[in-house]
Amino acid sequence: MKARTIETKKGARCRVLEGGSGLPVVFFHGAGGLLADNPFLDQLAARYHVFAPELPGYGESTGEDLLEDMLDFTLHGWDVVSALGLTTPHLVGHSMGGMIAAEMAAIAPHDLGKLVLVDAAGLWIDEHPIPDIFALLPGQLVELLFQDPVKGQALLTGGVDFSDMEAFKEFYLGQQRRLAMAGKILFPIPNRRLSKRLYRVTAPTLILWGANDRLIVPAYARRWASLIAGARVEMVPDAGHMLPYEQPAAMVGAVSRFLG
Amino acid sequence: MRFTWFNLMPWPYLPDDFREKNRSVWVDIPSKLYDPRKGHFVYHQYMDQLEYAETLGFDGIGCNEHHQNGYGLMPSPNLIAAGLARRTSRAAICVIGNSIAGYNPPIRVAEEFAMLDVISGGRLVAGFPVGTPMDTNFCYGQIPALTRDKYKEAHDMIMKAWAEDEPFAFDGKYNQLRWVNCWPKPIQKPHPPIYIPGGGSIETWDFCLDYDYNYSYLSFYGYLRGKSLLDGYWERVAKRGKDDSPYRAAFAQIICVADTDAEAEELYAEHCLYFFNRCLHVFPPFADPAGYRTVNTIKYGALSQLRLEAQKIMANLTWKQLVDERFIIAGSPETVRQQLEECIKGLRIGHLFCLLHTGNMPDWKTRHSTKLFAEKVMPQLRDMWPEWKHDERWWIHPMEERLHPDEMQPGAEKPGQTWPE
Repeated sequence: MKARTIETKKGARCRVLEGGSGLPVVFFHGAGGLLADNPFLDQLAARYHVFAPELPGYGESTGEDLLEDMLDFTLHGWDVVSALGLTTPHLVGHSMGGMIAAEMAAIAPHDLGKLVLVDAAGLWIDEHPIPDIFALLPGQLVELLFQDPVKGQALLTGGVDFSDMEAFKEFYLGQQRRLAMAGKILFPIPNRRLSKRLYRVTAPTLILWGANDRLIVPAYARRWASLIAGARVEMVPDAGHMLPYEQPAAMVGAVSRFLG
Repeated sequence: MRFTWFNLMPWPYLPDDFREKNRSVWVDIPSKLYDPRKGHFVYHQYMDQLEYAETLGFDGIGCNEHHQNGYGLMPSPNLIAAGLARRTSRAAICVIGNSIAGYNPPIRVAEEFAMLDVISGGRLVAGFPVGTPMDTNFCYGQIPALTRDKYKEAHDMIMKAWAEDEPFAFDGKYNQLRWVNCWPKPIQKPHPPIYIPGGGSIETWDFCLDYDYNYSYLSFYGYLRGKSLLDGYWERVAKRGKDDSPYRAAFAQIICVADTDAEAEELYAEHCLYFFNRCLHVFPPFADPAGYRTVNTIKYGALSQLRLEAQKIMANLTWKQLVDERFIIAGSPETVRQQLEECIKGLRIGHLFCLLHTGNMPDWKTRHSTKLFAEKVMPQLRDMWPEWKHDERWWIHPMEERLHPDEMQPGAEKPGQTWPE
């Protein structure tokens, strides 16, 4: 994957990873951002022209003050698609990125090909309250995100040595900056009434879920399917919330079968 | 030098194993630990103490706002202040303050503060904290990254509501009101003195200086730890070309006075340790949601990791540490005077919030400490800033002719007040 920076019409400057050729697929990352090690993007790029933009406030992307509420985030998604010069791309969103992709599909249903939601945020079921990711100790977060927290810890930190105070500080600042942005659409409850708008989604939709997701439990997959007409659900075994990182091959296989 | 007697109003019945059994005194504290029948007596005792402080000559009596908090029983400080306004007549009533980012619409604060100023005859000191993340974000659901922006907007609405004589439309990002028309209006013109209590956000300094508001650093960790922050504030004051009146700044300090240093330990150690070991037991992530502190503030100091360290220290504090490291100022009147002089000069503050009730301190000890402070310490510290003696910019300006409590309680046989012409 190669990285480049685009500027949206609104003025946000976003870093985009790009690779492969074929039908365009835009991947929207979750609240934690793109991790350093993301083989699923390379594997997807073997079949598609893949774009993975980073939101303002994530990595080198700037312009976080331009995005304040759900509508801003949604339109930003389409602004990125425009800045990349794409028409009717497939949209794939993980976690918070799924929330954004689903909003995009609801607000402009004819502007995308297919929609893939991976362990997506955006809905709320009283019987299954989602843990408050803004009030967790670092160890607790890893437990919720990954089926295997030990591997997860290494993936999450990308090999940063936390005994090095400077490295720790930089990681911490980056994390604060990312979650500050995410909080605008996820805090205090990750529900911006998307369920009222999902009737508008006409794109063929795949709901892909880690069978052992402890953060947004599989009951949410069924709720998504009940709200989007014709949506298919596929459970991936041996995966938690961070399915794309835990089971990249299984994820890419399912996505490829669905997108064709 | 001005002194305000301040009560945080802690719940005094947290069990001995509170720390082991619960992760936080704040936000998700089990509400079964609260007993409303005991609460009845607790509220009245605390309010009596505030009234008692007025009789001893304190310049102000103060309360603040916390939610779902074992050491703060005042979700609505305005209710406490209303009670005090009726039963006192001289002291400033310092409500430090209302966390205005959480009020919808914020005009409510303009109205209630105006009511308090009118009922008290112009004795309100109005505090506008951004609010702790525990209160504003976790209990009141405000988005951390937008809290400061929403706070600023609420401030603008309140100040304009007090200043304008005609109804106006307010088209804010967070609040839209077609008819803003504050009724009643405060007595003090152009507005009651404004205090901005800050934790450690450096943005708050500029906000205070933009409007010439008092900056109150409310910390429980004592003046040695407060010094670097206040130094930063005074540097900013100088850089902005403002005068360095000590009345621009206030500080909160836990104080315990006894006849001797040894007696102070004997009387107060238990209650101070209750406060530090149980009341400050906060689940660290509640204190630091991403977005609440700006990147600049984080870079300036206090990484959350350090806060975790602070928590560990807090778990095992001894009386000796509390005193030696000046978390608290405790001892004989002379010891307390010496250390407070160092505190006042070191921080360059014109106003001290005296936390003379701490933790689960019983009434008689609280009054003992308070009386000794008022009689033997306060008079010695009055003239710390002779060159600023006449600086009234951050103080109340009450009505000359106002009602006193004994005139407010006519029996059935005695007629009530008549209205002025």
